[in-house]
Amino acid sequence: MEMLTVLLVVIPLISAPITAIIANRYVAWLITLVTCLALAGLSGVVLHHVISGEVIHYELGGWKPPWGIEYVIDSLNALVAVIVAFIALITVIYGSKSAEKEIHDSQIHLFYAAFQLVILGLLGMALTGDIFNLFVFLEISSLSSYALIAMGQKRQALVASFNYLMAGTLGATFFLLGIGFLYAASGTLNMADIALRFDQFSSMTLVITALLFILIGLALKAAVFPLHSWLPEAYTQAPTMVTVFLASTSTKVAIYVLIRTLYQVFPNTYWEEMLLPGFLLLSGCLGMLYGSYKAIRQVSIKRLLAYSSVAQLGYMVVGVGLNNEAGLIAAIVHMFNHAITKAALFMAAGLVLMRLHTTNLEKLRGAGKTMPWTTGAFALAGLSLIGVPGTAGFISKWYLVQAALEKGNYVVAGTILIASIMAIMYVWKIIETLYFEGPDKLTVHKVGSGKEIVPDLPVATFCCYVMVATCFYFGLYTDIPLEAANTAVEVLFSTGGGQ
Amino acid sequence: MSDSLILRVVTKWLVPVILLFALYVQFHGDYSPGGGFQAGVIFSSAFLLYALVYGVDATTRVLPEAILRIGASLGVLLFAGVGVVSLFKGGAFLNYSVLAGTPVAGQHLGIILIELGVGITVACVMLLLFYTFARTIPPQ
Amino acid sequence: MRNVAAVLHFCTDNPPTMMAYLLGHINYWLIIAVMMVGMFTMMSSPNLMKKLAGLSMFQTAVILFYVSVGKVDGGTAPIVTEAATRYANPLPQVLMLTAIVVGVATMALGFALIIRIRRAYNSMEEDNIHQQMEAEELD
Repeated sequence: MEMLTVLLVVIPLISAPITAIIANRYVAWLITLVTCLALAGLSGVVLHHVISGEVIHYELGGWKPPWGIEYVIDSLNALVAVIVAFIALITVIYGSKSAEKEIHDSQIHLFYAAFQLVILGLLGMALTGDIFNLFVFLEISSLSSYALIAMGQKRQALVASFNYLMAGTLGATFFLLGIGFLYAASGTLNMADIALRFDQFSSMTLVITALLFILIGLALKAAVFPLHSWLPEAYTQAPTMVTVFLASTSTKVAIYVLIRTLYQVFPNTYWEEMLLPGFLLLSGCLGMLYGSYKAIRQVSIKRLLAYSSVAQLGYMVVGVGLNNEAGLIAAIVHMFNHAITKAALFMAAGLVLMRLHTTNLEKLRGAGKTMPWTTGAFALAGLSLIGVPGTAGFISKWYLVQAALEKGNYVVAGTILIASIMAIMYVWKIIETLYFEGPDKLTVHKVGSGKEIVPDLPVATFCCYVMVATCFYFGLYTDIPLEAANTAVEVLFSTGGGQ
Repeated sequence: MSDSLILRVVTKWLVPVILLFALYVQFHGDYSPGGGFQAGVIFSSAFLLYALVYGVDATTRVLPEAILRIGASLGVLLFAGVGVVSLFKGGAFLNYSVLAGTPVAGQHLGIILIELGVGITVACVMLLLFYTFARTIPPQ
Repeated sequence: MRNVAAVLHFCTDNPPTMMAYLLGHINYWLIIAVMMVGMFTMMSSPNLMKKLAGLSMFQTAVILFYVSVGKVDGGTAPIVTEAATRYANPLPQVLMLTAIVVGVATMALGFALIIRIRRAYNSMEEDNIHQQMEAEELD
């Protein structure tokens, strides 16, 4: 069992250089597919093993923690690993055509190699129990994602990638500085060990500084409002496959690290008396409103969805900031639900882009009639984004509102409801344009000119519908994410950190 | 590219010395300061000097980009491979103690192998970076 | 605010001790200075190359901070010899080896992006690039 956990990191570490050596685009895709299949299987087995509360420890290099690096897998890590691995798998199946179309032939094997490195970095961040090791994996995933985003078709992709690089590196460096302060105070880098000895050094001013640096660094990586400015452009300009994968996983993993830091490394009893919970709630609520408002005003589907991600991240931050069990469960479940919902929506947006070469709503009036399946996917996944009962999005929002009410925080509960109404508005904007508006002259020219429409993309459409079906499945059968979240939250709250 | 005779002659003398020093830093790294990172950079600096004096084209004839790309990947594979071998021998990933008969010999073997992997990757990547950026400067 | 007041109070009451405090932490003051110069350049300069240079300075300051933390009074470099008994803490140095490599990779990627941006927009000035981006059709 222990061996399986390290394989989650070792397999992509081996397959990525092999993909780079065998410079063949079909083989590259095949290797990526096999890798993702293996990772998805492994992560599923690991989650099944730990979901009831068992914790797996793996000592890398055979050195005993806290001196050596260890991987600690509880139900929270395993859930994040499952999200990353399964979304990666479905993205690879979905993306074979779009990558062929968007990426130059001579670069495609490097594209897939970088893609595997992002998976490696995200899985490593999820699994490791060593905070410096986490920084290294964070940088592995970030550097590869900058490169992937820069491969977008338009020249704006370069600027988007550069801005992401500046923001991301600044965030990672803040995080590194925070780790340095924490190390200076505690003398250890093992997260469980820091938590265990936290009382010995918690009175030092250094610890607050460390907390703030780590928090700001992670908020930059997770695109928490108001540090989100890199996100919309990066997701809009990246190649379709990269957008689908990054939008549904990378910020979620950063949120996971935020949870891990705030509830395990720094026990929540340490920061609940500070301004911090209020600040998190404020940032989350403003993020929800601002993201939804900006989303309503966008004309590009991809950018609209990207701003909606900023809003949805607000829900998770609110869940973290409420600092009660229900709130944290809501945040974790929303992390899971939002990943599948956003994957479905960006897949649908990618289908539109591949067929009509634009995601600009003004040019897509009435396009729903020419491609009913894609538009149908928008409508169905949109329901989950809004949080209609019966969909995955409903479950997490329900928990979140309950958590807010439990705290007696009616302002937060109200903001969540307002943001949900705004979500209806921006989802409706897409549906209305695609279904109900008649094509104007410009669109007739654009849509009607025969060669513009690529033949049906059955595999990609199928993948999109798999994600849509998943949204509904997890709206009706919530066992897996809820049980994992419950187990994780119980551990985080009962021990106040540490094992 | 330089036409200076002194530079050309001195470079020809210096390149092997630098390479030798890189190999010393690489393989003596487990007893004294050094290791893969440093050795890789020193190794690539020899070719860098050669490229500055004799031109990038002459250097790419000696070390083509394709080989460097493969080398960079092979270094990573060597690193991961050592870990996997220890995994198969019943230890943890990257636990070199199980590689040879005694733990000390195993650790010794393991560290030399992974440092070699690191060295190869660093040398190849540094040169690749240099090639990539040097090619954007138009030839004079 | 209270801290500032305390420091000021401390400063006026004990001038020699204050001096010793400032000098004793001289490495940290210098690191903070380097860090702020880097961050200021990164935020204020319109030139992408200078932004990247600022980022690099910022990273370097953090590396210096770690190495400072690992310093042990009277300790030598952490290499086992018979002559020395006290060594600096090797762990921060090892960590920074990784951070330096990460920094090099970031810089290389940043330079590559700048070169391609310059080719695509024929400019490295942020204002100019933004003007061109606004003129382009939004997708």
